Amino acid sequence: MNKILMAAIALVVGAGAGFVVGKGEKEVVEVEKVAEKSASSTMDAVKAKGHVQCGVSQGLPGFSNADDAGNWTGIDVDVCRGIAAAVFGDSSKVKYTPLSSKQRFTALASGEIDVLSRNTTWTMTRDTQLGLNFAGVNYYDGQGFLVPKSLGVKSALEMDGANVCSQTGTTTELNVTDFFRENGMKFNLVAFEEADAVVAAYDAGRCDVYTTDRSGLAAQRTKLTNPDEHMVLPEIISKEPLGPVVRQGDDQWFNIVRWTLRAMINAEEMGITSGNAKSKANDNNPAIKRLLGTEGKFGEELGLSNDWAMNIISQVGNYGESYEAHVGPNTPLKLARGVNELWSKGGILYAAPIR
Amino acid sequence: MSFDSNNLSTLIRDSRVRNIGYQIIIILALILSVWWLIDNTTTNLGNRGKSLGFGFLTQTAGFEISHTLGTWLFDYKVGISTYTDIYFIGVTNTLLIAILGIFFASLIGFSIGIMRLSSNIVLRYFATAYVEVIRNIPLLLQLFFWYFAVLGLLPKARSKLDIFGGLGGLNITGLYTPAPVFEAGFGYVASSFFVAVAASIAIIQFSKYRRDQTGKGLNLGLFVPSLLICLPGIVFFLVGSPLDWSLPVFKDTGPIFKRGFQPDQGMVLVPEMLAVLLSLTLYTAGFIAEIVRAGILAVSKGQTEAAHSLGLGSGITLRLVVIPQAMRIIIPPLTSQYLNLTKNSSLAVAIAYPELVSIFAGTALNQVGKEIEMIFMVMTTYLGFSLITSLFMNWFNSRVKIVER
Repeated sequence: MNKILMAAIALVVGAGAGFVVGKGEKEVVEVEKVAEKSASSTMDAVKAKGHVQCGVSQGLPGFSNADDAGNWTGIDVDVCRGIAAAVFGDSSKVKYTPLSSKQRFTALASGEIDVLSRNTTWTMTRDTQLGLNFAGVNYYDGQGFLVPKSLGVKSALEMDGANVCSQTGTTTELNVTDFFRENGMKFNLVAFEEADAVVAAYDAGRCDVYTTDRSGLAAQRTKLTNPDEHMVLPEIISKEPLGPVVRQGDDQWFNIVRWTLRAMINAEEMGITSGNAKSKANDNNPAIKRLLGTEGKFGEELGLSNDWAMNIISQVGNYGESYEAHVGPNTPLKLARGVNELWSKGGILYAAPIR
Repeated sequence: MSFDSNNLSTLIRDSRVRNIGYQIIIILALILSVWWLIDNTTTNLGNRGKSLGFGFLTQTAGFEISHTLGTWLFDYKVGISTYTDIYFIGVTNTLLIAILGIFFASLIGFSIGIMRLSSNIVLRYFATAYVEVIRNIPLLLQLFFWYFAVLGLLPKARSKLDIFGGLGGLNITGLYTPAPVFEAGFGYVASSFFVAVAASIAIIQFSKYRRDQTGKGLNLGLFVPSLLICLPGIVFFLVGSPLDWSLPVFKDTGPIFKRGFQPDQGMVLVPEMLAVLLSLTLYTAGFIAEIVRAGILAVSKGQTEAAHSLGLGSGITLRLVVIPQAMRIIIPPLTSQYLNLTKNSSLAVAIAYPELVSIFAGTALNQVGKEIEMIFMVMTTYLGFSLITSLFMNWFNSRVKIVER
């Protein structure tokens, strides 16, 4: 009988102690997490794992899209590659996480990815309420409408009563609602989770109109059965500055992402391309020397090597090269530069100087 | 041994005391873990510059939602309706699918299950093929199949297929049917119907009571059905036919987007809803059929033979002897299928049906960014649906299970 008693006491004490110990361990883990946070160490974490984990779309031609071999290309992907080139001197040290528009912010906030470069619109709510920071704009977009040419519609103002398809979890739903309210028109919104389902439903004729960012319309149109039978209406109903996003509270990483983008834009302005970057390193122009790291210690101030921008430009290219290769007039998207031209050529791309 | 330790050891040997002690320890551990979770979450959210709270529920929502029962019921208006309305619209649309789905899935499932045991070879093979095909294809694929297959077959938005002799119509934007418009006084008709139902129940109970007491029930004949039809019918004409029908209107002139069925005339069932309902019903029916078959086979063959030897036909044997005994085996697994159907309705987000996960945990979540609170609300809601379904089915089970005499 005594044995049973002893066993019972041992069990109770053991369980209690185990719980106390267990709780102690949890607290230690928590303290470590906080320590990790206060050290603002996305950079350290990235260096430790040896690659940049970049959140991209699930397939938007021209912006981020994987080919049959699983290689990602696009102007959003080039931002990721640029960051890898700046950090590691090797633009291939990137791993991609395809995300739906619903998943993207949670994936970034939870630390699953280091940077989100996924045609994401910069809005005040997102900047202030989600615990995130936008590091810049790599494409100035606006929301538009795609309609079948057979309807004979010339303007978005003729759309009263239309069935409109869009993707859920984006600003497009808000913009299109505002546009119809503003113009006193009624409509029915059919919102899908996946972009591919939107395209399929529009193609089947469920909706008269497909709305998303105009760049997205250009990209998705290529997936339709007869792309030539559809047209983008002239109205632009919103401002959609798309750009890379990082977690709030890590200024070093924020700066690296921000200046990677600026380096690409400045390089285009200075006429530095992936082809001539090496030879331009000893150019007479001091601004070019500062960018390419032959003068000053601008890289070290970011916590990088001084040839950070040289690596970006020689391996990924300048902004213009990236644009022409993925979304420009010679690609299936056929998007003219428009406002995405340099400020010196009539556009609004303007990067702070490196000095 | 001293007196004290002796006392303690008697306490610990008392199994009741021990059991209570274990339970206190487990509850304490549970409370501490929950507290730790909440504390850790708020701390980490605070570090990221976010806070917990349900203040967003009173904010107004700025996006349009596909026209469905929920938006009609809660009179959804952009810029006026709040996120609370969005939540209830989602709940309504989920419940609509769940209730209709459970009804039709039971109907089809029972039929197919009985067909599986039919002596007619065509029926039997058809039912077997149905069960094997439906059960073995993932639900999401079936959802896409029905949606896009149905979309591909329907007439385009500017043409139509007449149904019910032109009273309703069908095209890619939905199934349009006449909608009832209740005018003042319809309340009397509805109340008289409920009175008729109550009276019928009372009469049936009384007849049962008389039969138990005297061995002779009332000869009701067609009394109950005629009461149910005539009483509301008479009231309906007395108060001056307070029911009107709003018929779907189809235009083929005017601006291009105004052609087709008019959105505010008649009633529309959007193709998204039809596809969700169709796929969930057919899918769950496959499982229910197997449960029904298993339940019927579990009833001893001797029961059927005994019924036949008493001269009962096979239909009446099935109805009065086999099914009542099979029900007690069928109901518990059937409950799981009902729960599955309700939860599976969340897949509807893939094809734009605005249910709870799609508009509240989807669109609204993306605008507000309160992941923890909103997902918590959605999880609690599904838990609530499931618990209510279980409670009802347990009650039903206790009614039909074998009563030992």
